[in-house]
Amino acid sequence: MSTLAALARLRAVRTGTAQRLATVRHCHLSERPMVFIPLRLAGEAAAPLAAMAGTDPGHPHLLVVPQPRDRDLRFAFAAELAQIVLPYVEGFLKETETVERRGAEPYERCADAPQLLVPNRAALAFTLLLGRSTRFRRAEGPHAVHPSVPVLGRWLTFFAQRARHPGSALLPAVTEALSLHWATGQSALEDANLASLVGWIDPPPGTTGAEAAREAEDPLVWPPAGPATDPGFDAEVLAPAIRAYEEAPGDRATARVAEAVRTQLDPTWRLMWRAVDLLRGLPEGRGASARWELDRGSFTAFAEQVAEGGPPQPKHDGAVPAASRLARMERAQASYDAQRAYDDPLLMAAYRLTGEAFTGTVVASDPANAEGEGRGRKLRPLVTVRTGDPVRLAAGAKLGTPERRGQQAEVVEVDGELVTLKIVKGMGRGKVATPGAVPESGDQVCYAALSDEYQPPASLPASEETPWTHGGPPPEYVPSPEDDQEEWS
Amino acid sequence: MERFDRLRGAVPARPHDARAIAALAANPGCGRRAVMDAAGIDKDATATHLGFPAPFGRSPFAITRGNAFEALVKDSGCAELLRLLRELLGLPIPLAAYTDLGDIGGNPSAHLRHAHTLKLIDRAARDDDEAGTLYDHPLLRLEIAGHTSYLEPDVVAFRLAGRFHIVEIKSFAIVDGQAEPDKVAAAARQAAVYVLALRNMLAELGHDPARVSHEVVLVCPENFANRPAGTLLDVRRELAVLRRQLSRMAKVGAIADTLPEDLTFDLAPDADGVPTRPVSELREAVGAVGARYAPECLSTCDLCFFCRDEAAAEGSTELLGRQVRDALGGVATVSEALGLADGTLTPGEGQEEIARLLRLADGIYGVYAEAG
Repeated sequence: MSTLAALARLRAVRTGTAQRLATVRHCHLSERPMVFIPLRLAGEAAAPLAAMAGTDPGHPHLLVVPQPRDRDLRFAFAAELAQIVLPYVEGFLKETETVERRGAEPYERCADAPQLLVPNRAALAFTLLLGRSTRFRRAEGPHAVHPSVPVLGRWLTFFAQRARHPGSALLPAVTEALSLHWATGQSALEDANLASLVGWIDPPPGTTGAEAAREAEDPLVWPPAGPATDPGFDAEVLAPAIRAYEEAPGDRATARVAEAVRTQLDPTWRLMWRAVDLLRGLPEGRGASARWELDRGSFTAFAEQVAEGGPPQPKHDGAVPAASRLARMERAQASYDAQRAYDDPLLMAAYRLTGEAFTGTVVASDPANAEGEGRGRKLRPLVTVRTGDPVRLAAGAKLGTPERRGQQAEVVEVDGELVTLKIVKGMGRGKVATPGAVPESGDQVCYAALSDEYQPPASLPASEETPWTHGGPPPEYVPSPEDDQEEWS
Repeated sequence: MERFDRLRGAVPARPHDARAIAALAANPGCGRRAVMDAAGIDKDATATHLGFPAPFGRSPFAITRGNAFEALVKDSGCAELLRLLRELLGLPIPLAAYTDLGDIGGNPSAHLRHAHTLKLIDRAARDDDEAGTLYDHPLLRLEIAGHTSYLEPDVVAFRLAGRFHIVEIKSFAIVDGQAEPDKVAAAARQAAVYVLALRNMLAELGHDPARVSHEVVLVCPENFANRPAGTLLDVRRELAVLRRQLSRMAKVGAIADTLPEDLTFDLAPDADGVPTRPVSELREAVGAVGARYAPECLSTCDLCFFCRDEAAAEGSTELLGRQVRDALGGVATVSEALGLADGTLTPGEGQEEIARLLRLADGIYGVYAEAG
């Protein structure tokens, strides 16, 4: 945690309200997101108890499993969830745009993508498990399920795996999205409670954030946002309702369980949409839109796989896909960090405090400085900046700047408060610099040793050529009857 | 000993479970917890009477599921467990005897039961036959901060060819070889407590403590079914941490000696067990022993809400978690840190660096956040 973020938390303690950690929104927010709040039966790995889902704040769909230990009821739940999620997801496949590429064939990309919002990290993990327990099912054979169930499983798995990708916004956990933008006067551990976090950010009139957050800890006032339910609710309300269903299964008993879980889900449903409004109140950062483009690309590619009838995602990644996934995520993390800092002076501040970035005033500028002779002559303007920041950069360090994203500079010398740098990239081919391309004396500038450059993907062998050191080529996926039979109890 | 009896009042001491010990090792600097645990005080009742009931509860569904799973594993003389042990340890275990150490009739004292466990484990350590033996519900003992605690583990000790393995049965699922890291870590910490206690017991009996394996057998349901699967869990790291923390833990006796003679946490329950002690008096008594609150307490200690409230009243930076405290270079209170940040407070010795950073951060924050 940066000193700045720590200071923001201290200020939150003193003022009793959450403090801003960002000046722009760093995650894309869809115009029509789907909120998905799953509940799990306590003690079970992946037994869905209920879920609330939908795109209209006024009309949530409530799904319920009146006896969560009943396998058939679970698959009925999955099929019902598929009826809500799949049409929403597939609705985004209709409109596409053509993306031109230099040196490669143009391709089609969906103009927009679905966005599922879940309350917290635990809900993300549960979504992954729900995907795992449904994607290997088949619509035929002795253990047949509704054909939509395995498709839902693949999509949930896709969303949950993509959520691990730094900067992806296809399946954000709302507590994490809020914590990116606001600091509360409590610990990060307590921020995982959605009601308490929203209490800090947007307390009801006449209440401080601190008071609202305390109140939010009472499960009778604010039921947990799931997937775990309140043990007291389990004992006093849910257990008798499920027992009644066991004794006399039917619509009445189902309705009783449904009403019970509705009391637990309704408050979270309203909180989720309040959180959406809070996030919408921030203008979207430039990088967030760029990252959403990548999300759209990933969504389009996966939709093609599903359409072609590709196999479900494997239980374990093979050596090559694992290595390439790791490399992709590392690159995404670096560029996510850099983009956010360049988009937001408040996030850049964390790097200024550690000496990796600085702001200051240009005191000297030599836009005509050049290196090389004849045809090899290149413009290498020199700029000297006076800064009060504690710069910790060595000569030769590569710098970027939020003001001129295409340029790259290099540190020439740091002398006390004076930093001299040389612009080495993005000067064009002209003999003289275009006006405005080089900062002039008196300009306020910011430079940071953060790179958001395109990095080529790691070169890895094809999956079929996995070397023996890494287990050799992985076996091809063959649907096994075991997958069908796998109990879900 | 009398000292602790007086602190506790006229109720029997609560036995420790490994969970409490593992948690104690997680926050060894907390004197309040150390004293209360050493005296065997019911912290849950104390917290409730103080008006800060602990936020823990277990769902009846989780309890049912846990019990059902354990029953399944232990059914027919631990038949399932034996199957797992054969696979895991790669041993031809033809048969294993099953001994329930908890079953010695009547309602014996912990001391008696411990003596019984001691006797049988001693015999087991001398025996060198090829058949395995499963010992259920052993009553172990561990010296915690100068004070002996009995451990009632819900655990099985398995002996084969002179070696012992601790078997822990947990009902969280392992899906495709992965389980929730928090739960595995908690299980490993707990198992380490048992391994250490059993090793101490062997040493006490004059046997080689290394005969208790550092690999514990973790039995969990596999994937989404109820079928048990076993994994070997190496707890050497947890053991080292536990040993270090136990030895480092402030000697509870020393803390107790600094407390006022007449201090007691007695709830003075009436005939129906309802506490009659005035709350303000109890609050003062509990406040007399220094605590060290951290947000992690919220998942382990019954007194967490009380201590959090206290830390908030003191304006302690502990409230915000270790990460924040680290970023603040250990500045103890919110007002001190904010004073350093806005320059109204002159940094003390050793605070110059953090004060400079805070000043800078405060300046930047003022420019961007307040405008935005």
